[in-house]
Amino acid sequence: MTGSAIATITLTASQVERVLAAFAAPAIDQQKVRWGMVIDLKKFNELPLAKRKRVYDVCKEIHNIPIFPTAKDRVEWIWPADFEHTFPSQFNHFLPEEIENLEVPVLCNHCENPPCTKVCPTGATWKRDDGIVTMDYHRCIGCRYCMAACPYGMRSFNWRDPRPFIPKLNPTYHTRTKGVVEKCTFCVERLEKGLQPACVEASEGSFIFGDLNNLESEISKILREHYSIRRKPELGTEPKLYYLI
Amino acid sequence: MSKTPLVAVLLIFIGFFFFPYFYSVASGQLGKPVPELEKPKGDHCIEDAKWMEENHMVLLKEWRDHVIRQGIRTYISDTYGTAYNISTYTCFECHTSKANFCDKCHDYTGVKPNCWDCHVYPELLEKYR
Ligand code: SF4
Ligand code: SF4
Repeated sequence: MTGSAIATITLTASQVERVLAAFAAPAIDQQKVRWGMVIDLKKFNELPLAKRKRVYDVCKEIHNIPIFPTAKDRVEWIWPADFEHTFPSQFNHFLPEEIENLEVPVLCNHCENPPCTKVCPTGATWKRDDGIVTMDYHRCIGCRYCMAACPYGMRSFNWRDPRPFIPKLNPTYHTRTKGVVEKCTFCVERLEKGLQPACVEASEGSFIFGDLNNLESEISKILREHYSIRRKPELGTEPKLYYLI
Repeated sequence: MSKTPLVAVLLIFIGFFFFPYFYSVASGQLGKPVPELEKPKGDHCIEDAKWMEENHMVLLKEWRDHVIRQGIRTYISDTYGTAYNISTYTCFECHTSKANFCDKCHDYTGVKPNCWDCHVYPELLEKYR
């Protein structure tokens, strides 16, 4: 009895090793890149309303994000906010009206020093080597520590079963379940295929995405040439989402 | 001193302990044969079929960790050398029904995996069409 049990255990262990060896190399070497995003607010605000809305909607569609009828249940990865609430520390009196009235798309900043990951008791959220702060829903126990820790309020909680509220299911992506936290992942599933994040693609050039480690990338050049701001920089979270005003 | 209470307690304990057995006997489920599963499409499974039968959960767990933690999206079959896209939906390309394949065996063995609370399966997709 014990003998056979031990035999089963060792067999499974060697089987796991066999399986482990069978993976291909990752599409992108995560150690080498550091993803970041620039949002050109002037350019974005010049887009017609329908196109601006498309930027938010495309994310909902491809990521199976539920649309709840009640605001308190809301789950969102990217949404429009105003200048005052996005940049409380940059908000002065007598700002030019066109700046005060800007529509500012907000999403997870993929902080270089993310407070949300440090509080997670299960390792369900962490910063990958390429700088993306991501989620492993399998591990999330729904304690919402990360939501309390994020100084930007960029995380949503599934208070209810989201499935009945997904208008159209994208079969190539998963849904979430009641009791887990979710947020923007910089479209890791698209990056792996060599595509840009979906919002960037829909933004008609007002969002720029790329590798901050590569000094020749478009994003690095834009950041070198323009004055950019980040959300609550005084907190030391080092967001990798930059805004041009 | 009377031994009646002790015997009664013992009988109650035995009753509870063997309840699943009695229940199966009473409902005629004991000795039910292993269910017939739907024949999948395609020539072969990701690995040897027997290996898959015993270890598909190990494979799926390894797949999960590699995709989420390392961004590795391709698995190369050890048995057949074929490359597979790592996704739960890859399975459904051949096993076209969860109800006629996964569920049958899981129900028989009394396992309740919670994969499908989040991952998409053909029947769910049908519901959204
Ligand atoms: S914006 Fe919030 S959720 Fe995103 S990495 Fe920073 S602290 Fe975490
Ligand atoms: S809610 Fe989930 S991801 Fe957030 S801290 Fe708790 S376990 Fe981690």
